[in-house]
Amino acid sequence: MARAVTSRRKALNTTLAWLVGFLIFFPILWTILTSFKTEADAIANPPVFLFFDWTLENYEVVQERSNYMRFLWNSIFIAGGSTILGLLVAIPAAWSMAFVPSRRTKDILLWMLSTKMLPAVGVLYPIYLLCIQLGVLDNRYALVVILMLINLPIIVWMLYTYFREIPGEILEAARMDGASLKDELLYVLTPMAIPGIASTLLLNFILAWNEAFWTLNLTAVDAAPLTAFIASYSSPEGLFFAKLSAASTMAIAPILILGWFSQKQLVRGLTFGAVK
Amino acid sequence: MFFKAALRTSTALALCVSATAAFAESHAPTITIATVNNGDMIRMQGYTDQFTEETGINVEWVTLEENVLRQRVTTDITTNGGQFDIMTIGMYETPIWGANGWLVPLDGLSEEYNVDDLLPAMRAGLSHDGTLYAAPFYGESSMIMYRTDLMDAAGLEMPEAPTWQFIREAAAAMDDPENGVNGVCLRGKPGWGEGGAFITVTGNSFGARWFDEDWNAQFDQPEWAEALNFYVSLMNDYGPDGYENNGFTENLNLFNQGLCGMWIDATVAASFVTNPEDSTVADSVGFALAPNSEGVDRRANWLWAWALAIPAGTQQEDAAMQFIEWATSTDYIELVAENEGWANVPPGARTSLYENPNYQDVPFAQMTLDSILAADPTNPTVDPVPYVGIQFVAIPEFAGIATEVSQEFAAAYAGQISVEEALENAQAITNEAMEAAGYR
Amino acid sequence: MAPAVFLLLVWMLVPLSMTVWFSLRSYLPLRGGDQGFVGLENFVRFVSSSAFWPSIVTTLMIVGGALLISIVFGILLAILLDQPMWGQGVVRILVIAPFFVMPTVSALVWKNMFMDPVNGLFAHLWRFFGADPVVWLSEMPIFALVVIVSWQWLPFATLILLTAIQSLDGEQMEAAEMDGAGPLSRFFYLTLPHLSRAITIVILIQTIFLLAVFAEIFVTTGGAFGTRTLTYLIYQRVLESQNVGLGSAGGVYAIILANIIALFLMRIVGKNLDR
Repeated sequence: MARAVTSRRKALNTTLAWLVGFLIFFPILWTILTSFKTEADAIANPPVFLFFDWTLENYEVVQERSNYMRFLWNSIFIAGGSTILGLLVAIPAAWSMAFVPSRRTKDILLWMLSTKMLPAVGVLYPIYLLCIQLGVLDNRYALVVILMLINLPIIVWMLYTYFREIPGEILEAARMDGASLKDELLYVLTPMAIPGIASTLLLNFILAWNEAFWTLNLTAVDAAPLTAFIASYSSPEGLFFAKLSAASTMAIAPILILGWFSQKQLVRGLTFGAVK
Repeated sequence: MFFKAALRTSTALALCVSATAAFAESHAPTITIATVNNGDMIRMQGYTDQFTEETGINVEWVTLEENVLRQRVTTDITTNGGQFDIMTIGMYETPIWGANGWLVPLDGLSEEYNVDDLLPAMRAGLSHDGTLYAAPFYGESSMIMYRTDLMDAAGLEMPEAPTWQFIREAAAAMDDPENGVNGVCLRGKPGWGEGGAFITVTGNSFGARWFDEDWNAQFDQPEWAEALNFYVSLMNDYGPDGYENNGFTENLNLFNQGLCGMWIDATVAASFVTNPEDSTVADSVGFALAPNSEGVDRRANWLWAWALAIPAGTQQEDAAMQFIEWATSTDYIELVAENEGWANVPPGARTSLYENPNYQDVPFAQMTLDSILAADPTNPTVDPVPYVGIQFVAIPEFAGIATEVSQEFAAAYAGQISVEEALENAQAITNEAMEAAGYR
Repeated sequence: MAPAVFLLLVWMLVPLSMTVWFSLRSYLPLRGGDQGFVGLENFVRFVSSSAFWPSIVTTLMIVGGALLISIVFGILLAILLDQPMWGQGVVRILVIAPFFVMPTVSALVWKNMFMDPVNGLFAHLWRFFGADPVVWLSEMPIFALVVIVSWQWLPFATLILLTAIQSLDGEQMEAAEMDGAGPLSRFFYLTLPHLSRAITIVILIQTIFLLAVFAEIFVTTGGAFGTRTLTYLIYQRVLESQNVGLGSAGGVYAIILANIIALFLMRIVGKNLDR
């Protein structure tokens, strides 16, 4: 009896969850479907769902027009570089904040987060002039540094909240055993912090991948990532939905695949100290 | 310290990388071109290899959508950033930038380029004080595109040069809500280059103007009230739902789907609506001159060109000049005609194109030329004005002001405020900004 | 802590001091650049513009609306996803996918393929049921924007809330069920209090990102129909009007607003985090 109820409930849950999941995913699905239509089919009235002439024409056009691999590589380089650099800077900072808290630790954290709220466009001209002076316009390394700085508050905050969940007694025990600061960091803390670091890494990678203000305004040829690739397909004169959909699919596919494969890690560490 | 050190290290690294690259290609100069992602430019990119073969000059393209491009090149030119060797800009930017000395004057063009072949209106609009600062790649005006089948069914005939009053009559006759057909589709979308441009030329054709000769805003004048009221009532009665969100692309989609009786917009749209691959109404499109209000001596014709300019201070001036001569030459037009047919060549830049018998067979060629000839940027309105430009005012402050004004108008189209309120707000916004800029 | 905090200090101070510097000057790129010191003129002009206060209200409405939707639906989704079901992993993948999409792309997709009053899927749906299609972007522009932004941020909220729910003590739940507590009272007396920390975290992190929402407005309404947020107003002043001084003054106001909100949030979060 009890089992029957559970099983019926499970079926109900499943149906409902799949329905909601489908609805939320639908805009992405629709974009992917549209990328296989002709421009005329893409605005057909009434809309066609599955029964149209599937074509790879849009992907061919996009492939021919843009050097997708260069944009992709720049995106990987910038998002990856800024994430790794950010972690290198943030781990020691978050570590000391979590285990050697001072009276001001909380204030510093709050203030760091509030720097995230500075509207980017307000400092476009100052930063652009600075980049000219340093000679780093259209430079991947400069973007790595800038995006790292933009996302640093979030990284530090995430790691801080995660590190704080690590019980202090373990460290004390290690210290009793004669572990040096370096050992402590390397052999005790890091393994425990891996899930937190992994999800911080993923979150930051996603944020950097999708950043579309600085990556557009400070690049031209050499450093232009996928955000610039998209900007060359949106809203020209003439029909563009199908080609834009193809370009969009190509721009989000890598991050979508990465996200799907790593979603367990992302979920596990994405607590921000909310779980105790 | 760390910040600077990091930046320095990265600069040094980048310099090494680029130095190596530069060494490898030192014998072949590379130019970087920023351009808009419209069809004619995309086509030009496809022929870049031919240019490189002929001259040994490599070309890097930065292709962006219009709004992003404009923001990108403006930031770069005003700060002397030096990211591009050629910029694709329009008729609005060229005279302003030229006056500031930011562009290389194009007075060294070769004999065979034949600069006198450029359409006079285009040449005038891309010059400052008689010096050409940008070479037109393609040019456009605005005209009426209409469904010949629906006009026949309504028992009407489109004159060569209709009035707004006739447009209203025809819209009423063709409007067919049962079948989703709107009498007329026009731009209402906020933005100075979208709905802003359209309502400005509409104003011109009712005898209105942006400023009097002392730079006072004129939205409190009866001509503006008449123009805006006419537009709003025409669109509310016979236009599509949500026309306040429709720009060029949205209207093109509607027209291609057969949902518009008439559409007044850029002449370059003609090649899209007559292309059977994209358009369901390709074989029943007619063309006519943009309308005027009865008795007003100006039509709703605008004038625009996408043009190539060289920012002052580029290291590759000669190579850039060579590219511009190649891309805007008659040879390029013939190259495209040979490979893709005459209907696909970049229109509206050269007189010789319209004298070419092959091109005269293209159905929209004559009307495009007539529309361009009907537009006069130095004399755009009935009453005299202190500015140059038809659908814009060639002063640096205009883009910002007109975008805000067009947002007020769009709020009136959407019924959020009345036409009178929109005009009052527009008047206040414009005068306030002009005062801040020191004109008044 | 030195390097990270120091870096942030530099990052904060260089652009901030440049912003403050430019806000005191008349800097007009298209008129040849720096026109000299003008005192507080830019600050006065920015606030006295008729667009200023509406932009603050719009900002708060969009941030508030998106927060409300992502938290309410986030909790419901998290509870649903926590239930036993078949294919949980796949559903979770479907639900978090929007978080990976670039804001420009999602705004273009929503605007053209869903909210378009003629060709959009919503319009077809409305017509199918015999209703007049809604012109989303001008009839209910703020709601439309909130929907787009919430769609992007709902996955993030759901993930955090789901992690929190999964840590809920199952035995306590069962005990409450034995005692005859209905699902509603279990939700209000057990689940919700347990989630309060997670909810404050979601509010904090999302507010930071929502205050800076730009691409969605740029692509859909361009700031028309009452959707001009403070961020967008600053964009218009800097890049459309090409008045860097005026825009910089706006930037200073934005920092002040952000700090007021931050302070307010930190009060709540700080309390919740210390527990």
